[in-house]
Amino acid sequence: MNTTNHSPGSDSPEPASAAYVQIRGLRTVLGGKLLFDGVDLDIPRGKITAIMGPSGTGKTTLVRHITGQLAADAGQILVDGRNVPQLSRRQLFELREGIGYLFQNSALLTDFSVFENVAFPLRQHLRLPEEIVRNIVLTRLQAVGLRGAAQLMPAELSGGMMRRVALARAMIRDPGLMIYDEPFVGLDPIALNQVLKLIRTLNDTLGITSILVAHEFAAVRRAADLVYLIAGGKIAAHGHPQELAERDSPWTRQFFGGEADGPVPFEYPARDYALDLGFPAAAA
Amino acid sequence: MTGDALAQVGAAGLFLFSILAAIPKSLRHYRETLRQIWFVGAMSLVIIMTCGLFVGMVLSLQLYYTLAKFGGTAALGTVVALSLFRELGPVVTALLFAGRAGTSMTAEIGLMRATDQLSAMEMMAVDPLAYVVAPRFIAGVIAMPLLACVFNVLGILGAHAVGVSWLGLDNGTFWGNMSANVEVWNDLVNGVWKSAVFGAVIALIATFQGYTTPPTSEGVAYATTRTVVSSSIVVLAIDFVMTAFLM
Amino acid sequence: MTQPRRSFQVGTGLFILLGFAALAYLATQTTSVANYTEGDNYLLKAKFSNIGQLKQRAPVKLAGVRIGSVKSIELDPQSLEALVTIGIDTRFHEIPDDSAAAIFTSGLLGDQYVGVQPGGSPVAFKDGDEFILTQSSMQLEDLIGKFLVSGDSSKGPAKPDAADPAAKNP
Repeated sequence: MNTTNHSPGSDSPEPASAAYVQIRGLRTVLGGKLLFDGVDLDIPRGKITAIMGPSGTGKTTLVRHITGQLAADAGQILVDGRNVPQLSRRQLFELREGIGYLFQNSALLTDFSVFENVAFPLRQHLRLPEEIVRNIVLTRLQAVGLRGAAQLMPAELSGGMMRRVALARAMIRDPGLMIYDEPFVGLDPIALNQVLKLIRTLNDTLGITSILVAHEFAAVRRAADLVYLIAGGKIAAHGHPQELAERDSPWTRQFFGGEADGPVPFEYPARDYALDLGFPAAAA
Repeated sequence: MTGDALAQVGAAGLFLFSILAAIPKSLRHYRETLRQIWFVGAMSLVIIMTCGLFVGMVLSLQLYYTLAKFGGTAALGTVVALSLFRELGPVVTALLFAGRAGTSMTAEIGLMRATDQLSAMEMMAVDPLAYVVAPRFIAGVIAMPLLACVFNVLGILGAHAVGVSWLGLDNGTFWGNMSANVEVWNDLVNGVWKSAVFGAVIALIATFQGYTTPPTSEGVAYATTRTVVSSSIVVLAIDFVMTAFLM
Repeated sequence: MTQPRRSFQVGTGLFILLGFAALAYLATQTTSVANYTEGDNYLLKAKFSNIGQLKQRAPVKLAGVRIGSVKSIELDPQSLEALVTIGIDTRFHEIPDDSAAAIFTSGLLGDQYVGVQPGGSPVAFKDGDEFILTQSSMQLEDLIGKFLVSGDSSKGPAKPDAADPAAKNP
C-alpha cells in the first residue's frame, strides 16, 4: 500500500499492505433501521473475499459504501489507501476507474449491443483507435465465451449470458478490485458454474482482489479464500470457508445449515399474537 | 401538499443547475447528443407534421368564417400566419413534444434507474448527468424550435389548401397580405425563441421525473404521467408570461 | 456497430437541415423579407394629404396586380404633405404618365396599399417622375361623419370590398 496518509490508529490484524480495502467502525442507519453497528473488515489483496449473510443484512449496502455510491454515517473506509468518505466526486470517479463492479441484475445498457456495452468504459475514458478497441473487446468477450454474441442486443441474451457480458465489461480496464454483487442469483446450475469458474480464473490469472457478495454457501466455499458473515449489524464470524462451516456457533449453524429459525428469527417482530387476534383475556 | 409541490420545484431548479454544470462535460458525448436529437426530433416529425397540417386547415376554416363576417377574408393569410408563428406553432408543438418525446425520456431514464444502468455508469466513472441527462436536455432545446418551424410550414400549407384551393381566396392576396404584415424578428423569430424555452422546460421536467423516480414499474408509470401533466401546465403558464412581458 | 452510429448522424443531420429549411421557407415566403427580394425597379413619387395607415413596404397595385411597393414615406416640408416614394418593377415600364395614385384599404380590416389607376397619355412614366393626380386615404371617421350628417344610415361604409372610395366622394 505504501501510502503516507494511512491512519496510524488502525489496528489491523494483518499488515496494512495486505489489505486492499480496510473498514473500521462502520455505522449506517438506513431508512430508520440500524444496518451496521461498528463493522470492522479487511479485504486482503489478490484474494477472493466473500461477504455473506441473510437477506436484508446490507451486503449490497456494504459494497456501495466501498465504492462511495452511498455515504456511511460514521467510520473509515480505506480503499487502496484512499479514505472513501472524504473523496470529492471527481476523486471518487478516479477511484472507480480502478474498480470493476458486477451488478446484481447485470445492468447492461439496453440501447447498445453486447460489443458496445463491453467497449463502453474504453470509449468513455480513453481515446483509442477503433482497431485496438475491437481487439481488447473481442479478447474479453472470448474470455467469457461470448465472442460470437458480440452483435446481439442485451434483450436477446439469457440471464447467464448477460451476467457474463457484464463481467467482461467490468474487467475491460483491468481493475485492481472486482466487486461481484450477488453474481449467482437467478442462474441455473450450468450458468452458475460458468460464472463461478470465471471469477476463480480471473482471480488466479490476473491476481485481482475480489469481493464476492453472495448467500449461496455451496458456491462460495468453492471460490472464496475468506468469508465474512454479517448478521445483526456486525461481523458475526470470519475465516476460511471450510473452517467457518465447521465452527460451532449459533449464527454459522443456522446460516450454513439453513435452519429456518435461530439467531435470525423466522418471525418479523410483532405485537402479541393473542392481542392482535383480539383476545383481551390473553393480554391480561 | 403545496409544500411538496414547492419542494419539487426547488429540486427541479437544483437539477437544472446540475444539468447546466454537466453540459461542458457532455460535449465529449456529442454523438449521444446527436442520437438524442434523432430520437426526440426526427422521430417526432410524423406526428408534428400531421398535426401541423390539420391545425392549419381548421384554423383557416374558422378564421375564414370569422373574417367573412367583417369582410376581411383578405387578411386570412396574415391572421393564420400570426396565430401560428406567435402562439399555436410553439404551444401545440410543445404539447405534442411533451407527449411524444417527454414521456419517452422519462420512461427511458426511469427504466435505466430501475435496472441499475445509471448506477452502472457511475461505477464505470461515467457521470449519468453528463452522459444521459445533459444530451437529452440539449436535444430538447435544439429539436423543439426546428419541430415548431416544420409545424408552422405544414400549418401554412394546410391553411393555403383550405383558404385558396377550397374556399376560393385569391392566391396572391393570401401570400401578399401575409408577407406584408408578418415581421421576421417580432413574429417568426420570437416564436422560435419561445419554442426553444419550451423545449428546455419539457426536457428538464422529463429528465427530472425520470431521474428521481422510484425504481419500480409503478414509479415509472407515475413519473411518465407527471411529465405530461406538469410540462403541459408549465408550458402554458410560461407561454403567458413570455407573451405578456417579452413580446 | 459503426454502421448504425453513422446512420444516426446522417439522419440527425438531415433532420436539422429540414428544420432550418423550414425556418428559411417561413422567413422568405411568409414574412416581409419576401418583399426585399424584388428585382430591378424604378422610383416614382406621389404626394398625399393623408396617407392613413400606409406603411413602408406596402404593396402597389394596378388593376389588382402587384407592380411594386412603397419604398419610403416622408413629410414634404414645403407643402406639408406626405411624400411617398414607390418602387415599380421594371417589367411594368409602360404606365401612362397621367395615371393617378390612390390609397386604398383591402377590406375593412385589411391593410392599406397604393392603387394606380391608368390614364390615357401615350407617354410612360420615367424614373423619378411624380404622380400629378393623387387620392388620399379614406378615414373611417370622416366617412362615418359624412353618413351621420347626410342621415344615410341604410348601409354603412363597411362594404367588404371598399375598392373604390372615390365613388363615395361627393
